[in-house]
Amino acid sequence: MEAQKDTNLATRPEETSGRVVSIKKQGTVSNTKRIDRSFRQIRAENVFRRTLVIVALSMVVLVLGIMLTLIWQSTLSIRSSGVGYLWGKVWDPVRDIYGAYPYILGTLLTSFLALVISIPFSFAVGVFLGEYYPKGWMSDLLKNTVELIAAVPSVIYGFWALAVLVPIVRDFETKIGVEPVGLGIFSSSLILAVMVIPYAASLGRSMIQMVPANLKEAAYSLGATRWEVIRFVIFPYTRSGLFAGILLSLGRALGETMAVTMVIGNTSLIPKNIFSPGNTMASVIANEFTEADHPVYLSALIELGLVLFLVTVVINMIGKKMISRFTND
Amino acid sequence: MTNHVKYRIGKSAAFKGLTIVLAFACVVPLIFILIYIIQAGITKINWHFLTNLPKPVGETGGGIANALVGSMIIILVASVIAIPFGILCGIYLSENRKSRLAYWSRLCVDILQGVPSIVIGIVAYFWLVKPLGTFSALSGSIALAIMMLPIIIRSTEETLKLLPDSLREAGFALGLPFHRVVLKVILPCGVSGILSGVMLSVARIAGETAPLLFTAFGNPYLSCNILKPMQSLPLLIFNYATSPYNDWHDLAWGASCILLIWVLALNIFTKVMTRKWKVQL
Repeated sequence: MEAQKDTNLATRPEETSGRVVSIKKQGTVSNTKRIDRSFRQIRAENVFRRTLVIVALSMVVLVLGIMLTLIWQSTLSIRSSGVGYLWGKVWDPVRDIYGAYPYILGTLLTSFLALVISIPFSFAVGVFLGEYYPKGWMSDLLKNTVELIAAVPSVIYGFWALAVLVPIVRDFETKIGVEPVGLGIFSSSLILAVMVIPYAASLGRSMIQMVPANLKEAAYSLGATRWEVIRFVIFPYTRSGLFAGILLSLGRALGETMAVTMVIGNTSLIPKNIFSPGNTMASVIANEFTEADHPVYLSALIELGLVLFLVTVVINMIGKKMISRFTND
Repeated sequence: MTNHVKYRIGKSAAFKGLTIVLAFACVVPLIFILIYIIQAGITKINWHFLTNLPKPVGETGGGIANALVGSMIIILVASVIAIPFGILCGIYLSENRKSRLAYWSRLCVDILQGVPSIVIGIVAYFWLVKPLGTFSALSGSIALAIMMLPIIIRSTEETLKLLPDSLREAGFALGLPFHRVVLKVILPCGVSGILSGVMLSVARIAGETAPLLFTAFGNPYLSCNILKPMQSLPLLIFNYATSPYNDWHDLAWGASCILLIWVLALNIFTKVMTRKWKVQL
C-alpha cells in the first residue's frame, strides 16, 4: 500500500506539468527505482518485525526448554524414587538410594538463618536511605557501597570465608563448647547473610521512599516522634513491599552455590544443629555432578536442580507480583 | 515536658542511632573483604604472574595467563551472543507493550532472572556438552549468555520506554520504515541506557563460577579453541582455593585480587557513566 502511495506522489507533478516525452521517460526510470526501493524497505521492515517476534518468542522457548530439559533428564530418578525422594533421609550413590531430605533441610537452614541475620541490617539500610537521609553524599556513599556488596563474585566471598571466617567460627565454637569444625551451616549462613543484604535493602529503600508525604505529615501533626512515624505509618504502609524484598533475598539465598559450597563442609549426613556441616541442594550439584558415574545418580542430581528451579521460580514470581501490586496501588 | 514525652523522644533517638549503626555495619564486611583480598593478592601480582602458566604442585611461581585469556574469550563469546539478542528482545518488549507475546516474554525474562546459576549450568551441559561429547568454552559462553540476557533485556526495555513517543512519530511522519525508525532514531537515543545494561551484565557474569563448572570445566594449559575445555578466573579460584596446597592458594589469592578489581572497576565505571548520562536503571 505504501508503495502505491509513493508512486502516486511521484507521478503527480509530471502529469500536471505535461512535458515532453524524454523527460517523462526519465521520470518512469526514477519511478521504478523508487518503487524498487520502497519494496525493499517494506521487505526489510517485515523482516525486522518478524525477527523481533522470533526473538521474543525464543525467550519463551528458552525458559520452557530449560524446564523441559530438567524434567526430561530427571524422569529416571522420579520413576525410581517417586515422591519419597523429597523426604528420603539417605543419600547413598553406592547403594543407589537417593533421598534429598538432608540437602533440602540444609538449604532451608542456611537460607533462613542467613535471612534472619540479614534482615535487621537490610531494614536499617532501607530506613536510613529511604527515610532518614534520602539525599546527600553520605547516603550516596552508603547506597553505592551496599550495591557493591552484590557485585563481588560469590567465589571470592567463599574464598574469604574459607580463609578468615571459618577460623573465627571455629574459635567461637570451641568457646561455646560444640565440636569445633568451622565449616558448616553457621559459617555459610553468615557469608550468605552478607551477600543477600543488598537485595532487600535496595527494594526496601524504594518502597519506603514511595510512602506519601501527607500520611507522614499527618502523623507528625498529631505529635508522633520519628520512630512512631516509622513504626505506625511507614512499616504498615510498606509491609507487602518489604516482604517482597525478603522473598527476593530468599530466592537469591536458595540458589547461591559457590560461597556455600566452599564453606558448608559437604557431608550427606542430616545436620544435627546449626553448627554441624551439611550440604545444600546447589552445593551437592556443584560437587557431585561431574563425578556422577551412573545414569540414576546423575538423574537424581538433576532432580535436585529441578526442585531448586521450581522453588526459586515460585518465590520470585510471588515477590514480583507483590512488588507490581504495591507500585500500581 | 513530662517523663512520658521524654521517653518517647529518647526512644526515637535511640532507634535512629541503632539504624545508623546497623546500616553502616553492613559496609564493614565488604571493607574487610576488600582489604584482605587486596593485601593477600597484590603482592603476588607481577609480570611473571600475568604471563605464565600455573606450575604443578610443589613448584613455586607460575601464573594465571591461561585463566586470563580464557575468561576474556568466554566473556567475549557470551557477549557476542547475548548483546544483539537481548537488545532485539528489549526493542520488541518496548514496542509491543500490550501484546500477549510480550506478556509471556516478559514473564519468561522475570523467571530467567531468578533461575539459580547452577541450574543454567546443568541445562547448558545437556544442550551442548553432551551432544558435542566434550566440555567446551562455547557451552560455558552460552550458559553465561543466558545469564546476561535478562539484565540486557530489562535495561533496554526500561530505557526505550522512557523515550517520548513524539520521537518515533516524527520518524514515521518523515516516511521512514519501522526498522529505520528503530535503528536510526530510537536506539541512538537510548544507547547510554542500553550500554550501561550491557556493562552491568558483563560485570555480573565475569565472576560467575557455577555455570562454568560443568561447561568450560577448566584447563591447566593455555587454550584458545572454544570447542575445547578452557580455564577461567573464577574457576581457577574455586579449584585452587579448595585445594590443600599453599602454592595454589597463593595463585588463587592473586587471581581473586585481579577478578575483584576487574569486577569492581566495571561496576564503578557503569555507575559513573549512568550518572553522567542520567540513566535510570
